[in-house]
Order: sequence, then structure tokens, then C-alpha cells
Amino acid sequence: MSLLEVNNLSKSFGGLHAVREVSFCVEAGTIHGIIGPNGAGKTTLFNCIAGSIRPVSGGTIRLNGNAIQDRPPHEVAACGIARTFQTIKLFSRMTVLENVMVGCHTNSRGSFLSGMLSLPFARAAERKVREAAMEKLAVAGIADLAKADAQQLSFGQQRAVELARALALRPQLLLLDEPASGLTMHETDRIGELIVAIRDSGITVLIVEHDMSLIMTICDRLLALSSGQVIAGGTPREVQADPEVIRVYLGDE
Amino acid sequence: MRRLSFACFAAAIVVVQVATGLTGTGYLLTQLTMAAWYSLVVVGLCLLMGYAGQISLGHAAFFAIGGYTTAVLSSVNLLPAKSALPVRALSAVGLTIGGTDPWGSAVLRLSPWISLAAAMIASAVVAYGIGLPVLRLRGHYLAMATLGFGIIVYRIALGTPLFGAADGLSDVPSFPLFPGLCLDGTRLHRVSSYYFSWFVVLAVIVLIVNLIGSRAGRALRAIHGNEAAAQAMGIDTSRYKLHLFALSAVIAAMAGVFMTHYTGGIGPGETSVMKSIRYVAIVAVGGMANLWGALIAGTVLNFLSLRGLFGTYDDAVFGAVLIAMMLFAPDGIVRKKRI
Repeated sequence: MSLLEVNNLSKSFGGLHAVREVSFCVEAGTIHGIIGPNGAGKTTLFNCIAGSIRPVSGGTIRLNGNAIQDRPPHEVAACGIARTFQTIKLFSRMTVLENVMVGCHTNSRGSFLSGMLSLPFARAAERKVREAAMEKLAVAGIADLAKADAQQLSFGQQRAVELARALALRPQLLLLDEPASGLTMHETDRIGELIVAIRDSGITVLIVEHDMSLIMTICDRLLALSSGQVIAGGTPREVQADPEVIRVYLGDE
Repeated sequence: MRRLSFACFAAAIVVVQVATGLTGTGYLLTQLTMAAWYSLVVVGLCLLMGYAGQISLGHAAFFAIGGYTTAVLSSVNLLPAKSALPVRALSAVGLTIGGTDPWGSAVLRLSPWISLAAAMIASAVVAYGIGLPVLRLRGHYLAMATLGFGIIVYRIALGTPLFGAADGLSDVPSFPLFPGLCLDGTRLHRVSSYYFSWFVVLAVIVLIVNLIGSRAGRALRAIHGNEAAAQAMGIDTSRYKLHLFALSAVIAAMAGVFMTHYTGGIGPGETSVMKSIRYVAIVAVGGMANLWGALIAGTVLNFLSLRGLFGTYDDAVFGAVLIAMMLFAPDGIVRKKRI
């Protein structure tokens, strides 16, 4: 059984078919890339998986065999799917460390009452959350920025915070929505290495990205979309050589 | 830093009391005690506005639920039913109070501790009832729903004989808190009531500051920082907003209970929508998500208002304050401190 199975997924907005009967599987322990021209439906597909676009118009999304389509985002996250956003969404007025600590929400405990009374078990849990968050910051290479205001960081650093925050959720599947957009070449190389390291640590990655050299370097499998439909799937080499993919990207002669 | 804020505040409370004692202006403590209870509402509302990003225009109604609940329950005479089992049980555990009414007849009353609990439960139930459908939606639907709720409570208070209609309820008995400590407006208990009131305000602030620093508080700040990202991190945003709304409503009801025992009565004026808007205006002055700012603004403005400084233009002043804040200082005038 694949980790993620998407079956005949469709999503239309009025008359616009953003995603049309898309089916694919993501195997555990791989980096799976999604490519396609602008408007191909990549982000819509992502948002359907993450639960931020509901309901889907048809089809199923299964994680470990359990249907997760049409569940709200916080439930999807609790199932073990973490995500980053195409436009960075950090928590304003919070430090980098606090941002990442929020990522530990689903794997920590503590209610309103235990928080108000500052009960010993809640304080002990907080220390653990802090340690776990520091660990993820170190993984993302930004441990020295822990106390900085998240909004004051450079673009590349903010992307790293988003990644550390998603990792803090200890996901089975990590959804990365254009993690290299707006980054310098050097930063792109670093994030590529980081994504490979994340896969090697046992987290499956599903990535939407426009940077073709990054995609071709790090992905184990690729899915090509155009106008909401799957036009090719397979290894990067296979997809790259697919005549339909070449036609969509480069146009007809 | 946090300890310093608390220490400064506690010191200020003592200094003010001593100063009024030395200068013979002890009568000021009455308005300062009332300002404490109003400030408690403001602090609870600040929590809601600053950390859930939601506005309630019904906090005066929650305050009134507290006040009217205790005014009715703690005034009921149980003497005719004194041999009934529930009354005997309550007496056995010390939750009834014997005494005389203003005309000298013997009465047996429910302890205000019971009405305090009842008021807090009632306000929580109402808050969950309003919030559950409304807080699933994004945007300022809570403001609209609580506005409607506030108007309903106002009309009920104004039109129901049980609640004294336009006159409100008076002769609410004193609240015997602990042996030797009573909350009421008599001169005898003026100083002790003043200290008790501010002690409760500080205690609630301690609880809130703890909350904000905890896992739940972090989730709330995350919701305010970026709602979509908070959801993606597994936070059930509508549930958190709902709990916070209920908490802030319960705080308002608690303030209403204590205020009603302190002043000995409550009238429909306390429930009006203008009162709710006043609370919102004060939070705006203090700065959203700034508890100390809200507390200082709440104390100063309520004290001035209670002293009658704004005369017949009281409500107009708070309306003007709200406009001025939105125009010139949307982040409040009290410097933001990290808490």
C-alpha cells in the first residue's frame, strides 16, 4: 500500500475544472515532485490534500488507506501531513522558536485549564516542546535565529522557519509548495540538500516546484499536470522525455 | 520583567490606599473598587480581542447575567422551605446564610458562592451557545451575534418584573467571602473590599498570563498571527476561539457578581449595548493583546467616569475615544510590553 493514494480527484470552481480526475500514488520514503505550467492545478491539488479546499468535487484521497478528503486542515495535520505555503505564512508577533513550537501542537498536551494554573505536567511538556523545536531549528540550520522576530528575517530564512515548523509536526508526509521560489541559487542548493536529508530521515515528501534543475536533482518520482489533468508520471528521466510534457512546456512546432 | 510588572501593580494598589487614608479621601476607594470590577471585564475582553482577534459587543450582557443571577438567587428567602431536604443539605454544608431583611424580618438566604457558581455556569452556557455556530465562520460574525444578544438581554432586563424592570434590583445582600471578610459597599468594609477586588483582578491576570505562555496560549497567538498556518499545524481554530470567548464571558459574569454585591444592586443600564461598546473602546485605548495597557486604561477611564468627570456626556466621551483611537493610534496608547 502506498502512503498517499489519490484516486480520480476532481475539483471545479464553477465552470473551471482546476483538477480533473487526477490519480497518483506516493510511496513512503520518496520525494515525489509535481510539475506543470502555471494554472495546471498544482496548488489546488495540494490544497485539496491539505484540506484547505473543501469539499472536493469527486474522488478520494487516502493516507495509509484512510480516506482524508474533505477533512478540515487541522484534522489532516493530526493525521500526519504537514505543509509549507507558496506565500510564506509565519505567525506574526512571535519569535522563530515560538513559530516552530506551534508545530509541536499535535504531539504535545496541555489544555486551557492546565495552562492557566501552570500545572507541573504542563510546564514539563513545555520544556520538551522547546527542546524538540530547537532540534528542528538545528536541522534547518537556523538555531542561532531562535530568539529573532520571525517577520524580520530574510526571505530564505523565513522559508527555513516554515520548514522547521512543518518538521516539528513530525509528519509522515511533508507537502512543500514551491519551497525554492524567490531563493538565490545558493539557498536553492541548500534547501535541496535539506529536502533530501528530510527524506533520508524517513519523511515522505511531496513537492510542487518550478525550479526544474532542483526537481530533476532531488525527486525520485514525478507527476506532470496540465490544465488540471495528469499528462505524465514516472521517474524524472521518463517524464522529461515524455512528448506531451515537452509539448506543454515548449509548445508545438 | 513579568514579576516586576506584578510587583509594581501590587505596590501601586497599596500606595493608593495608604495615600487616600492619609489625605482623608477614603471615599475615592469606592470608585476605585468599582473600577476594578469594570477593569476585570476589560481584561477578559482584551484577551478575546487581542488573542482570538474577535470582538464581542455583548460583554455588558455577560456582566449583567452575573449581576442579575446573583441579585435574584442571593435574595431569595428560603425560610418557608427550610425543612425541605435540599435546603437542609445546603445549610449543613454552610451554603445558606441566616439574617434579617431591611425591614427586620428573619430570612434564610443562599450563599452568594452558589450564585457566583451559577452565574459563571450560565454565562459559559450562553457563550458556548452563541459561539458554537458563529465562530465556525471567519470574520466579525461574533461581533454581530453578540450585538444582537446584548440587545435581547437589555430588553429582558428592562421588561421582566423578576429583574425589577426599569428600576433594576436593589438590597442585594453582602457577600461573606471568608470569615472576617465581607464584600459590600458599607464604610466598614471599604478598605477590605478594595483590597479584595484588586486581589481578584491581579489573580485573574496571573491566570491569563500563565495561559498566554502555555501551549493553549501559543495556539491562540498563532491563530491571530496567521489563521491558515495555525490550522495547517493541527490547531482547531474555531474550538480555541470558542473556549476563549467562553472564558472571557465567564470573567465578565464574575465581575458582574462581585460588583452587584459591592454596590448592592444592578439595573438595566449595566446591560446596555453602550456599556459593551465602552468596554471595546477601553480595550482599544489600552492596545489589543496588551493586558497591562487594558488594565491601566480600564482603571483610569472607569474611575474618571465613575467620578462623574464626563458629566452627561459619559457615553459620548467613550464613543469619541473609540473614533480617536481608530484614527490616530490603532495599536493603543500604552506602550506594548512583551508578556
